[in-house]
Amino acid sequence: MEFSDWFYIPFLIGTIYLFGVVIYRFVKWFLGLSKIDKIRVRKNFFTKHTLDSIWESVREGLLHFKMFKVNRLLGYMHMSLAFGWFLLIVVGHFEASSYFGTMFFPFQKSVFFRFYVTENADFPGHTFYAWAMELLLMFVLSGVFLAYFKRFRSKSFGMKKTTRMKSGDHIALTALWLIFPLRFLCETFTAGVYQNGSPFFNSIGAFFNEYLYLEDCLKPLWLAYSLALGTFFVAMPYTRYMHIPAEINLIFLRNWGVQLKERRINTFTLAEVYSCSRCGVCIDACQLNLAGIKNSQSVYVLKNIRNKTLSDEVLFNCLLCGKCQEVCPVGIDVNRLRITQRIETTKQYNSSYDYLQTGVAKKADTIYFAGCMTHLTPSIKKAMLKIFNAAGENLWFMDENKAPCCGRPLMLAGQFDAAEKLISNNQKLILDSGAKTLIVSCPICYKVFKEDYMLPNVKIRHHSEYILDLIKSGKISLSHSDKKAVYHDPCELGRGSGIYEEPREVIKEVMSLIPMAQEREKAQCCGGSLANMKISMEERDILSSQVMQEFSTYEPDYVVTACPLCKKTFAKTNALPVKDLAEIVVENME
Amino acid sequence: MKNIVIIGGGIAGVETACMLAQNGNRVTIIERDSKLFGKLNNWYCLFPDFKKSEELIEFYQNRLEKFDIEIKLNSAVDKAERDGEGWFIYTGNVRYAADAVVIATGYELFDASRKEELGYKIYDNVITQGDLEQRFKDKNFLTAQGKTPEKIAVVHCVGSRDEKCHNLYCSKVCCVTGVKQAIELSKFLPETQILCFYMDLRMYDKFFEELYRKAQEHYNIQFIRGRVSEVSENSDGRLSIKTEDTLSGRPMKMKLDMIVLLAGMETKKNTTEIAKKFGVEQEESGFLKSKDFHIGAGILSEKGIFAAGTCISPMSIKETIENARSTAQQVNEYLNTL
Repeated sequence: MEFSDWFYIPFLIGTIYLFGVVIYRFVKWFLGLSKIDKIRVRKNFFTKHTLDSIWESVREGLLHFKMFKVNRLLGYMHMSLAFGWFLLIVVGHFEASSYFGTMFFPFQKSVFFRFYVTENADFPGHTFYAWAMELLLMFVLSGVFLAYFKRFRSKSFGMKKTTRMKSGDHIALTALWLIFPLRFLCETFTAGVYQNGSPFFNSIGAFFNEYLYLEDCLKPLWLAYSLALGTFFVAMPYTRYMHIPAEINLIFLRNWGVQLKERRINTFTLAEVYSCSRCGVCIDACQLNLAGIKNSQSVYVLKNIRNKTLSDEVLFNCLLCGKCQEVCPVGIDVNRLRITQRIETTKQYNSSYDYLQTGVAKKADTIYFAGCMTHLTPSIKKAMLKIFNAAGENLWFMDENKAPCCGRPLMLAGQFDAAEKLISNNQKLILDSGAKTLIVSCPICYKVFKEDYMLPNVKIRHHSEYILDLIKSGKISLSHSDKKAVYHDPCELGRGSGIYEEPREVIKEVMSLIPMAQEREKAQCCGGSLANMKISMEERDILSSQVMQEFSTYEPDYVVTACPLCKKTFAKTNALPVKDLAEIVVENME
Repeated sequence: MKNIVIIGGGIAGVETACMLAQNGNRVTIIERDSKLFGKLNNWYCLFPDFKKSEELIEFYQNRLEKFDIEIKLNSAVDKAERDGEGWFIYTGNVRYAADAVVIATGYELFDASRKEELGYKIYDNVITQGDLEQRFKDKNFLTAQGKTPEKIAVVHCVGSRDEKCHNLYCSKVCCVTGVKQAIELSKFLPETQILCFYMDLRMYDKFFEELYRKAQEHYNIQFIRGRVSEVSENSDGRLSIKTEDTLSGRPMKMKLDMIVLLAGMETKKNTTEIAKKFGVEQEESGFLKSKDFHIGAGILSEKGIFAAGTCISPMSIKETIENARSTAQQVNEYLNTL
């Protein structure tokens, strides 16, 4: 058998195998979706959502816009590899079809085009294609070299740490690193012998020709290239490189409206887990590094879910602050994913909560739900009551004496059944009262009321929104003091619920606000998060004091926040005076 | 004749000064305040024997008269400089040369408003044991609403043995202070019900346990094992607390008229400043670090610098006096080697 008849076999096996596995997985994931999700997919298939997904796949899967936002060099590396390789395949196909005069010919004919077409190279557009393909290859190679460089010096890519790998990853990585340099050698050497490239590769080939017997090298090189491709494709489904097809799949499913919902564990988890490229951007975003916690970052959780090695130690050692989710280039919903896993692994205790039944609703226009953390920070509660009084609200202070929990802490701990009981109890009381507005001063309560309660026709307001309304409608008037403040974005209010501006506007009414480098989406967690069940008190203290230290560089008179838990956590450090929004409003009320 | 400077004119400083003057040294006390005896001035009477603190002050005033001790009031240490084996200490525009220095800066009551859930400085009827001593002196026990309290809670361990405010140690004297104050309250207000909320009661010294028993048997004071988690105010100004009776294992809610918080002992900010000026080490808790727990109490990390009293660790007045005497002996031994 001629060499040209069989050398592409490794490549072909790899390709077929890869397609087989990927299609099998996609089908399996789709079939495992919940009924509602499947309906969503069917309904949205022939809509704009599909077009959006195509554009998003190009933007994120090939061009890597989000990665560019993290770091330009990192973005360029990913773009040159993904987009460059994509173009090589597409342009290569056009080149081959131009030569063969048809769009349909075996795969390998375009991938190994320069091997097959060594003579009669004057088909239409030959020079253009030759230049284009060679420049594209150089473009990809530049990314490969950056990847080499990144392995050894990740700091220059804005990354302090990079992910740890396992042996399968090493095989795939080595194959990937070899593919393009091998292709470069194959094509330049072939050009050196047959002058079938552009003047660019032809001259490089001629240069090699001076020192080597190029003809003897050709066959082993083309075979090595085919082997490298084949190895990479076979290894791909079992390594992190599975993220390449999985991410595209995720983009489509997400745009069609498929969502992770607590308590409805289905294969969408897998669709998300396999989309993680283990780029490691989430590791740097994680504050737990400061406290020396280095095994529970999102990338490791995703990896552990995929390998079925997830331990509670890792799963519950997370603040759920959402900083990693904010920077994730793939947009994986890691917080929700973690909560779903927590519900899955936690024993559901059969708490009765019988005593809840005795609560009676009071008719009122407005309900105030202080929440347990506000009860532990009575100065906030006192301030809120003064504000309600000044606004002349017809108020029911729902948890004044009997204090039911909002349910969120149980949810974060994975106790979904217990949380549901509290939620349905509170829900009934709120609806019975006939109130139109529910005001909370704790962002933890706010998030659960907004997302998990069924309260039609009840407006849920965080006190920052409510106070701003009062100011705008002139129900309270404030005076401006000469004090300066920095504002700390609570995780559940900022990243969790998207409320960044209202508290800032309120602060600006009563004192000047100092802008900071790490705020809004980039804000740090205070360290007090209820979501972390594994962190020690000392580790929490490290986080809180680090944040306070950063605040103190701005020399504020007050650290102002809008969450009782953040306030309590910061106050413990005893470094700067910490106040809640409601307190500074009352202090400056006329 | 050797020169000794003592920083702080509380019980520890005064006792050390007297002991060292007795041995023929020239002693100077530098006191920040306008009078001597520090916190003792604020106390009404002392455990376990209800001795009036005035009696103790009188004793020390008489004792001081026997010695030629220079007392510099309203003065703070501005700067300290090594001078060979000794030190130069600057206060105002005066410079003192000292062969040995004794730090006796004392303690500070934990700022109970740092435990916001207990409502100190938020609700008028929440006070600390320090405030209560002043009320004993004034004989004023009315609530902010001008009523005689019917029910008073004494809350133990506020700011001690509490990871949540970084104080892991036990302040040790608050237990018996609480029992003493509960008895005094009961004497002044026999109709009032008094409850103590505790984690465990550490009646470590002579007569303490007897006092605790007397509080229950003769004064009908109720002791409930459980920490108070939350205090809130009702519209009539009365207080509600949430706690758990951990002996019966039940959560409790209770209405009260007044709460006394037994705030723990903490190092003063001032002690930290002084420690930095002399370059002596502090423990993680902030208290000054002795050379050895067993045999080096009061000997600090820097040569010629000693410490006495509650700047080393929480202690009662009796222990402070004993400790001051022992530190004076250490100073004497050191001076003999010079």
